[in-house]
Amino acid sequence: MATDHLSTTFAALADPTRRAILARLSQGEASVTELAKPFDLSLPGVSKHLKVLQRAGLITQGRSAQWRPCRLEVGRLKEASEWVGEYQRFWDESFQRLDEVLQDLIKEEKKKNDGKGSQDNAQD
Amino acid sequence: MTEKGVRTMPKTEYVIEPGKQEIVTTTVLDAPRELVFKAYTDPKLFAQWWGPRRYEIKIDKFDSRAGGEWRVIHKGDDGAEYAFRGVNHDVVAPERICATFEFEGVPGHVALQTATFEPIGNKTKLVAQIVFQSVMDRDGMVASGMEEGSDESMERLAELLEKLSKDKSGR
Repeated sequence: MATDHLSTTFAALADPTRRAILARLSQGEASVTELAKPFDLSLPGVSKHLKVLQRAGLITQGRSAQWRPCRLEVGRLKEASEWVGEYQRFWDESFQRLDEVLQDLIKEEKKKNDGKGSQDNAQD
Repeated sequence: MTEKGVRTMPKTEYVIEPGKQEIVTTTVLDAPRELVFKAYTDPKLFAQWWGPRRYEIKIDKFDSRAGGEWRVIHKGDDGAEYAFRGVNHDVVAPERICATFEFEGVPGHVALQTATFEPIGNKTKLVAQIVFQSVMDRDGMVASGMEEGSDESMERLAELLEKLSKDKSGR
């Protein structure tokens, strides 16, 4: 099920360098050397990160001989973002409704208080 | 971003860290905390806001005292019902509600949720923490409600990355 992918995806995303690599790849494909440059990492160091990302299905690496470009695979990221999105949708909508309920309550109380004339704000 | 109403949506922050068993949700509501607490503990009010609008909500049990049971059912347009239940462990007016939570569709996976209400002037900071029994439970719960994929999800991709960066970077 999606859940297993999600664990792998989230584990791969748990590292800031790997997220930076993904952010770079979201602008277009890049070679391993290009990816290593901004990170002060050795090529084997970058390769290790790339392997994790590849295993999680987040990127693929081209086959063409020397310049084996890395490419972002949006499917898995989409799945992860959909997962987060579903939870957010539930609560965003709930909180929006809660806000409406609260504003109605505030209005009601105001009306009640105004009706009574000037009184202190104490409520039970 | 504003919806069609006059008011803007409460701004909510979600912290869902990779490999953890919890989700922490923080929002600021424009109302005193006594009212927020009331909206959480009065079944008539609760039924007006909990969950997406597209579900009809039915309150089966709602005993807002420590030890009291709650059971709430969401009914979709297609007639499908989703029931949730639990027990209120601790209800401290107007500060905190701590309760168990179980989706009856996946029985046996019980989470513990704690909502705390903190006054900020006339507003209320609401922090809702939900702790699952395992990382799989956490990731699975929401995945089970994922059937209706959305097209806007690509937009959230950047947000997701940004959020995850915020959670972990610099540690």
